[in-house]
Amino acid sequence: MHKLWLIPALPFIGFLINGILGRKLSKTVINAVAVGSVVLSFLWVLQNAASCDWGANPLHAHYFTWIRSGGFNVGWDFQIDRLTVVMLLIVTGIGSLIHIYATGYMAHEEGYYRFFAYMNLFMFFMLTLVLAGNYLLLFVGWEGVGLCSYLLIGFYFVKKSATTAGNKAFIVNRIGDFGFSLAMFLIVVNFGTLDFRRVFAAAPGKPVETLTAIALLMLVGAAGKSAQIPLYVWLPDAMEGPTPVSALIHAATMVTAGVYMCSRSAVIFTHAPAAMETVAVIGLATAVFAATIGLAQYDIKKVFAYSTVSQLGYMFLGVGVGAFSAGIWHLMTHAFFKALLFLGAGSVIHACHGEQDMRHMGGLRKYAPITMWTLACASLAIAGFPGTSGFFSKDAILTAAYGYAPWMFWVGVITAGMTAFYVWRAFWMTFMGEYKGHGHPHESPLSMTGPLMVLAVLSLFGGVLFNVPKFLSGMFPLPEEVPGEAMLMGISIAAGLIGIGISYYMYVVNTELPGKVTSALGGLYTLVYNKYFVDEIYDATVVTPLVEGSKTVLWHGADQGLIDGIVNGVGTESRAIGGVLRLIQSGNIRSYATWVVLGSVAVLLVMVFGGGMR
Amino acid sequence: MDPASALQALNSGIPIAWYLTLAAVLFTIGVAGFLLRRNIITVFMCIELMLNAVNLTFVAFAHQHRDVSGHLYAFFVMVVAAAEAAVGLAIILTVFKNRSTLNIDEIDTLKN
Repeated sequence: MHKLWLIPALPFIGFLINGILGRKLSKTVINAVAVGSVVLSFLWVLQNAASCDWGANPLHAHYFTWIRSGGFNVGWDFQIDRLTVVMLLIVTGIGSLIHIYATGYMAHEEGYYRFFAYMNLFMFFMLTLVLAGNYLLLFVGWEGVGLCSYLLIGFYFVKKSATTAGNKAFIVNRIGDFGFSLAMFLIVVNFGTLDFRRVFAAAPGKPVETLTAIALLMLVGAAGKSAQIPLYVWLPDAMEGPTPVSALIHAATMVTAGVYMCSRSAVIFTHAPAAMETVAVIGLATAVFAATIGLAQYDIKKVFAYSTVSQLGYMFLGVGVGAFSAGIWHLMTHAFFKALLFLGAGSVIHACHGEQDMRHMGGLRKYAPITMWTLACASLAIAGFPGTSGFFSKDAILTAAYGYAPWMFWVGVITAGMTAFYVWRAFWMTFMGEYKGHGHPHESPLSMTGPLMVLAVLSLFGGVLFNVPKFLSGMFPLPEEVPGEAMLMGISIAAGLIGIGISYYMYVVNTELPGKVTSALGGLYTLVYNKYFVDEIYDATVVTPLVEGSKTVLWHGADQGLIDGIVNGVGTESRAIGGVLRLIQSGNIRSYATWVVLGSVAVLLVMVFGGGMR
Repeated sequence: MDPASALQALNSGIPIAWYLTLAAVLFTIGVAGFLLRRNIITVFMCIELMLNAVNLTFVAFAHQHRDVSGHLYAFFVMVVAAAEAAVGLAIILTVFKNRSTLNIDEIDTLKN
């Protein structure tokens, strides 16, 4: 009983029902359809996971041939192996929880049915992406989730900032997708197929340069989708969308698609060491860069957005140093604690009547205890507190990084310290001290706190419960033992605890200190607070030249000058010629008759002297 | 002299060129009148003259070639001319009623 197609089909049916009939349906029905379809899908994944024989061979299902051109075939093929199962469980599991949460969070919003239709459509595409048995089908899901991301970021479409954020996400992702397309073309040229099985079977025999080019182009695609330097800029803006969207799409699932894709293509990457090193360096750079920006943000969702970028950097570091299973492990634990952080942030925002600035929060421990305790679990996990889920996965990555190059480990540890600092800074600012906002804060309903509690349990114990590297050891060999592993572990734990400690001191004990520190840092603080002016630099170097170039060259020059010029010129010339010819039309019958006679005479002369019609 | 030989004498007596010359003269008079005269009735009569000049050539050639199609065309032209005369005269009548003039140069509403 496999019927893999049911897994994505269920959310798709939910999308069709809510998308087409949603306007007329009551909220109860919409909830039942939207949440029900995803939960059923989750149960089906569980059933499949339990019933499959998990040997070395993945399970394949061919539904129909999509493209056939000469010897090149692309089918609608699904494939399920251990990596897919991990991803499926994350996507449908977290997806179910977030759908349930959203029924509470979105209860008073306009366009309720639209929101859930898009969410279900997202689930469909994400599951297609994960189940795909070839690169093209993966790309279908890849583009589909991008579309849903765009639609949901711009969900509040009457807000200008939301629609521009949606556009930004879509356009920046085009750059990455261009790279991914090129990678696919290269694969078709060199392998003659896009099927995972055949590509990976043939990959070890190909020249290193080819594989490096393919892997680097894939990295461009992954950098776009998974918000790595230099294409990360869309993700922080994507927080304009509703908070459940941020949690599901822009933290737990979609943005990890790049990590999944790289792990799926592990065979290609492992045979292209230069590409691997690039992946690791980009991942590490993104992790540090985003973490420093996160230190100075005040919008609670922006803090977590930069944290997501930073954690995605960790995953890429893991992939880059060859610890694919550690990357996937971190992907999973990150899905737990980051979804929880965002949902908790949503609950906090809900409690504060839509306020997102942490300077106007504070003291919520009295009003929203469940949110506080669950968020504390997530914050412990992301800080790598011993025993929590984040501790295991982060440690696995850092250990592998140490084995690859020790300096990467040290940079990673510093980043871990910063991560702990800014997450706990957000925690203290939100829950400690006195309430500084407006109105009366209140705890969220059970539909919201329920998922929070489930996720809190997963954040705390997910690392112990699900040992992903062991589960995936058939696909990705377990990393070798690194000497002094216990010491490395101790160092990363210490970094996390120091980060927590400093934030506690600065934001609870001595609340005067942050102000002094910022004024002492001066320009450096301004630089970080304004996100290193990256958006402004991109505006000046890419966006403005493009817009101005389009305006002057393409619009005024090519369109108005050349094309309109030709069209208008034809019209003007016709009028000028007509102006001469209309002089003949005198309205006088006798002049017309004269023309007729002259014409006849002319014809006659031609016939007589020109040889006639013989 | 029996009628058949009389006809033959007639046929051989007048060469085709004479008929054609007469037709050309008549046609030219028609053209000249059409272009030069101002009265619509006269212009109209000149058109008739041109049509009949053409008829004459048709009949002359038909006779020479012993072919009846020329006669057929002559009859067609007469029918058309009759119809044209009826319509044309009606138009002239209406124009005169409306404008109290038959000067062709004053009837130039097609201009502008």
